[in-house]
Amino acid sequence: MGHYIPTTDREKKDMLAAIGMMDMQALFSSVPSHILADRWDLPAGLSELEVRAKMEKMADKNKVFSSIFRGAGAYNHYIPAIVKAITGKEEFLTAYTPYQAEISQGLLQSIFEYQTDICQLTGMDASNASVYDGATAAAEAVAMCKERKKNTVIVSKTIKPDTLEVIKTYCRGNGMEVVLTGEKEGRTHLQGFAPDDSIACVYVEQPNFFGLIEDVSALAEVTHQAGAKLIVGCNPISLGILPTPASCGADIAVGEGQSLGIPMGFGGPYLGFMACKYDLVRKLPGRIVGETVDQKGQRAFVLTLQAREQHIKREKASSNICSNEALCAMTAAVYLAALGATGLREVAVQCTSKAHYLATELSKIGYTPLYPGAFFHEFVTICPKGAQNALDALEQADILGGLPLDENTILWCTTEKNSKEDMDKLVAVLKEVG
Amino acid sequence: MELIFEKSMEGRQQSILPACDVPIYLPSQTRETLPKLPQLTENELSRHYTALAKRTFGVNDGFYPLGSCTMKYNPKINDEMASLPGFASIHPLQPAHTVEGCLEVMTLAQQFLAEITGMDGVTLQPAAGAHGEFTGMMLIKAYHESRGDDKRKKIIVPDSAHGTNPASATMAGFEVVNIPSAGDGCVDLDALRRVCQDDTAGLMLTNPNTLGLFDPHILEITRIVHDAGGICYYDGANLNAIMGIVRPGDMGFDCVHVNLHKSFSTPHGGGGPGSGPVGCKAFLQPFLPNSIVEQEKRANQDLSIGKVRSFYGNFLVIVRALTYMLTLGREGIPAVAYHAVLHANYMMAQLKEMFPVAYDRPCMHEFVLDLSSIKQKTGVSALDVAKGLQDVGIHPPTMYFPLIVQEALMVEPTETESKETMDEAVEAFKKVYETIQKEPHLLRQAPYKGVISRPDEVTAARKPRIHYFYDK
Amino acid sequence: MHYPEQLKYVKTHEWIRFLDETTAQIGITDYAQDTLGDLVFVNLPEEGDEVTAGEAFGDVESVKAASDVISPVSGRVKSVNIELADNPGAINEDAYGAWFITVDNITDTDELFDAEAYAALVEEEKSRT
Repeated sequence: MGHYIPTTDREKKDMLAAIGMMDMQALFSSVPSHILADRWDLPAGLSELEVRAKMEKMADKNKVFSSIFRGAGAYNHYIPAIVKAITGKEEFLTAYTPYQAEISQGLLQSIFEYQTDICQLTGMDASNASVYDGATAAAEAVAMCKERKKNTVIVSKTIKPDTLEVIKTYCRGNGMEVVLTGEKEGRTHLQGFAPDDSIACVYVEQPNFFGLIEDVSALAEVTHQAGAKLIVGCNPISLGILPTPASCGADIAVGEGQSLGIPMGFGGPYLGFMACKYDLVRKLPGRIVGETVDQKGQRAFVLTLQAREQHIKREKASSNICSNEALCAMTAAVYLAALGATGLREVAVQCTSKAHYLATELSKIGYTPLYPGAFFHEFVTICPKGAQNALDALEQADILGGLPLDENTILWCTTEKNSKEDMDKLVAVLKEVG
Repeated sequence: MELIFEKSMEGRQQSILPACDVPIYLPSQTRETLPKLPQLTENELSRHYTALAKRTFGVNDGFYPLGSCTMKYNPKINDEMASLPGFASIHPLQPAHTVEGCLEVMTLAQQFLAEITGMDGVTLQPAAGAHGEFTGMMLIKAYHESRGDDKRKKIIVPDSAHGTNPASATMAGFEVVNIPSAGDGCVDLDALRRVCQDDTAGLMLTNPNTLGLFDPHILEITRIVHDAGGICYYDGANLNAIMGIVRPGDMGFDCVHVNLHKSFSTPHGGGGPGSGPVGCKAFLQPFLPNSIVEQEKRANQDLSIGKVRSFYGNFLVIVRALTYMLTLGREGIPAVAYHAVLHANYMMAQLKEMFPVAYDRPCMHEFVLDLSSIKQKTGVSALDVAKGLQDVGIHPPTMYFPLIVQEALMVEPTETESKETMDEAVEAFKKVYETIQKEPHLLRQAPYKGVISRPDEVTAARKPRIHYFYDK
Repeated sequence: MHYPEQLKYVKTHEWIRFLDETTAQIGITDYAQDTLGDLVFVNLPEEGDEVTAGEAFGDVESVKAASDVISPVSGRVKSVNIELADNPGAINEDAYGAWFITVDNITDTDELFDAEAYAALVEEEKSRT
């Protein structure tokens, strides 16, 4: 068996003597003896070498594709080497929430820098220190807008399915009513929608699940006319080039930060970012770091506005969130610093340029776009010979094709990692399928 | 220290991407100005974060007895396994036959956790302990609703509970009923009986509780709740004390979350990511979030509470926890609990000579000091002692929690600290104690050795500055 | 710690200053501000809101605590001291000058204590903790 306990038998005896106990069993004398379990259906422990072999064997059963054209909420971006080197530092890895400011200034400053980056990307005034993922960020944002007489959230029909499910779960908890919008040619369709005093907020994604660019400014106008708040779920890479949610009139911007240097990792851990206009900051859930001074007037950072949080407000808190995704937030901040603004813009431009190249080439062989109009780095095409045939052929060629939405359509995605050569190969394989 | 933005220099850039090999496409609408992001060389970036790391105290820097958080050593093999490309580079929506290894990891982790907690089913979706609590509350809500038992709107929470408990119950739409603790720090059985009625949805409890005491009446407690038709939820934050010794399921709990970043040593990451899998007894299983791992389709899909997170949870955290559970196995897991409890009792025995213990009887994996008499006599508060401890090289214990102890310091040494480390920590406490006796005023200004002195939290909250202003 | 003679008090640590029979100002006591510590945020109702005796009409936050402010009377909010929102520290400086709201159309009041009785109440509370 392996373990990480330093105590020797001799020390164990000494410690037991010091506390006046006969043996280790005596430590559990307050537990009713008949519920102490004596049989455990668990395997024997293993040495590090054996564990490594067992875990590697499982990892080897997964297929690592050499090129990936699938997105739909998890994106295959290049991660600069410096990102892992920094976020692997043991001080960051093994600390916890920086409750003791004086010995956590490094961590607090890193969060403050992350909050600044998120404000810069989204154009908002305030960011929290992160939540679990893009879907829970959206659900928390919806809950922020709940008021006594405003209890309905309008959710666009074109958002990611997982995000919709999570919003529904949270709303089932807090009693908010979820109403879906219509959809027209892959985009949010609000026509015929009656403004109503009970509407707390509208949630829309930019780009949406199908990769399409929504007219967020128009949605903001309609939303505000109804006296509601607009929440925009955004892809942070796209914010290297697309207009900010703030400039489009959003009140709250949220999103999945996985694209910012975090591996796909079969779905997690990821990064939920949340930012808002200043007047909503006290409703923002989660940790927030603020700048202040110490007794000598030196710059200092602290967890601030804590009276919103569960450890003080308990049942009246704005959210129950305690642990967040701090290390993922740091990952995003390092990623953004490694690229800089021009680098981020370049990633965004390459993503969308490659998507447009691929869409054009696919179109030539009959994989025509399902929806008209502007898209970012994902798009849906029809598949003349069926989606599954196409994907099977691609898998044979070590390519993970797009996500099948139904039998005859595929949602494709490109990133800066997809070379022209890879895309030409993909098209050639599909041409064979017919 | 300078912020990264103040070190930024126009024109500096790192060479990361090749030139675009396809025609450039630009969206018709673009942002007016680029975001202001730092521009540095890789060297400067590396040094900036190295400087930040030096201003951060982690478990690897020294003793970190932060009660309730289980700051144990984080084995390196866990991180290395999580970075294998066969796990880290897998897209969550790959076809099932290309992710058999991932599914095996999840199945094994579920089996371990079900066995350790005494539950029948486990979901790995929740991303943290509080997220697990919310999931558990939703299961309880869905269960009562499925039976048409819609009077059950109240969740009972002891006043010693973690703040997440009442907050989670509220998020799930329940009304919280707080019950006071009895004189021994445990659940007041009479108070519990009084509030257990036909509107009781359930009880949230951690055992050992936040005072580090195992409630000896646990079977009576869960029976009272069950007799009233309520569900018993186990907050697994303190599982490190009992894993491999006694199962929450055998204490009468129906539903439980486990904090993988605590008991199962996946690192805390400066605040996260964590992972908070939820286990439940068979009668609650139909309500679990739908799972990719599940082999058989559920008979009644629409009973599920739905997803609580995208995809399947913090998978790479699960990989770390499984690596750790495989390493420990059936002998190592109880050994953790035995030593965690031994170490806490050993430290408590040394410290209580100086600092009164809130409830002076054998503890489990942590214990709570009550400094209110010291504060009364000398004016030195729990906060002052915590700050003084920083100067003698240890991370302070959790302060002012649980709320039922006025000047609380909650100490959790964990099983991975050696006797020498604990003896040194006791010496450190002793130094602070001597300062309290001789020069108490010195502690009011502590710490003296940190990179900053005490920060002005009042100004920070009155006039929040929560991001850098480039113009200034 | 002082409790002006001309004011009335309730056990949840608010003071009330009657301007006439059905109009009064409300704030929190010196003891309340001292217990909470430096206040950093005040949440106030709006003019025209109804308040109910024994129920919260707002809340105050310090760095480490949050507390409801309970109305000693039932009535209608006539005016709100919005300056407190910008400067919550004024409550710490002068608890009896820093009124939160003025209520008119008072129809009901909670159990009120005079300064002496309230001071005794505070002493009792202090000895318990």
